[in-house]
Amino acid sequence: MNENLFTPFTIPMMLGIPITTLIIMFPTMLFPTPNQLINNRMITIQQWLTKLTSKQLMNTHNPKGQTWSLMFISLFLFITFTNLLGMLPHSFTPTAQLSMNLGMAIPLWAGTVVMGFRNKTKISLAHLLPLGTPTFLIPMLVMIETISLFIQPLALAVRLTANITAGHLLLHLIGSATLALVNISLFTALITFTILTLLTILEFAVALIQAYVFTLLVSLYLQDNT
Amino acid sequence: MASIVCVFLHSFSVPLKDKKLLEVKLGELPSWILMRDFTPKGIAGAFQRGYYRYYNKYINVKKGSIAGLSMVLAAYMLFNYCRSYKELKHERLRKYH
Repeated sequence: MNENLFTPFTIPMMLGIPITTLIIMFPTMLFPTPNQLINNRMITIQQWLTKLTSKQLMNTHNPKGQTWSLMFISLFLFITFTNLLGMLPHSFTPTAQLSMNLGMAIPLWAGTVVMGFRNKTKISLAHLLPLGTPTFLIPMLVMIETISLFIQPLALAVRLTANITAGHLLLHLIGSATLALVNISLFTALITFTILTLLTILEFAVALIQAYVFTLLVSLYLQDNT
Repeated sequence: MASIVCVFLHSFSVPLKDKKLLEVKLGELPSWILMRDFTPKGIAGAFQRGYYRYYNKYINVKKGSIAGLSMVLAAYMLFNYCRSYKELKHERLRKYH
């Protein structure tokens, strides 16, 4: 039991070669390129969903912030579909690896911070101090705000990793508990129902993507608009 | 007249390397496999052809259904099962593993 619990999270190997890159690139096969005005059903549904989410995501930005829309939409789609594909049995979820989420979070956050400092230096520095603080609290508050600024990429990455990993682990545990309790049939129905509820709630891993992109969006918003 | 007919008969036989798999005779199979293009460009071309064959048959149609997508997902599941069979085989319900 000790070894089996974390084996779904090990790097997938085939004949001794890690195939992580192939698995990360698999969702791209599910997004064909539209080349006509009226496409087939799959492309039409994807186009409709993309338009819906991009309008929702980008309408709070000024034109300068909207240049990031391609980046945000691809990020959103990538994380959504990687998480959803990880819900299939026996599959490997790349976003459950902290290395990958750090690789996504740190460059994006750093990009927004650097852009804010380059274009609006005084305003970016002014963000480090909330409005209306008493004078004697200023040094401590500046330090606290700086620390909270630097924690942002770590929080983004760890949030996504922890949520996905914890969800998958819980599913494994509760599933094996159900199998073990099948002989004591009184509890079986209850536990199976718990699995069902948990699965549905875990489908809201999609909501995590919302959290991810929205948090990123908030920081960009602050830098550019104010 | 007879020479013209002979030329036509020769032009009907296709060279081995251009034949499709189902038209290759069983005795010619090893030489046919060896004549295929195994360079990276050839392999990429094979994947591209396979992808578009599936895409144009099941997805790029007027009334595509969920079956086109779910076949892909089922194949992905099967691939992952085969990949992790070594660990999964210890979880079977057997008295002696």
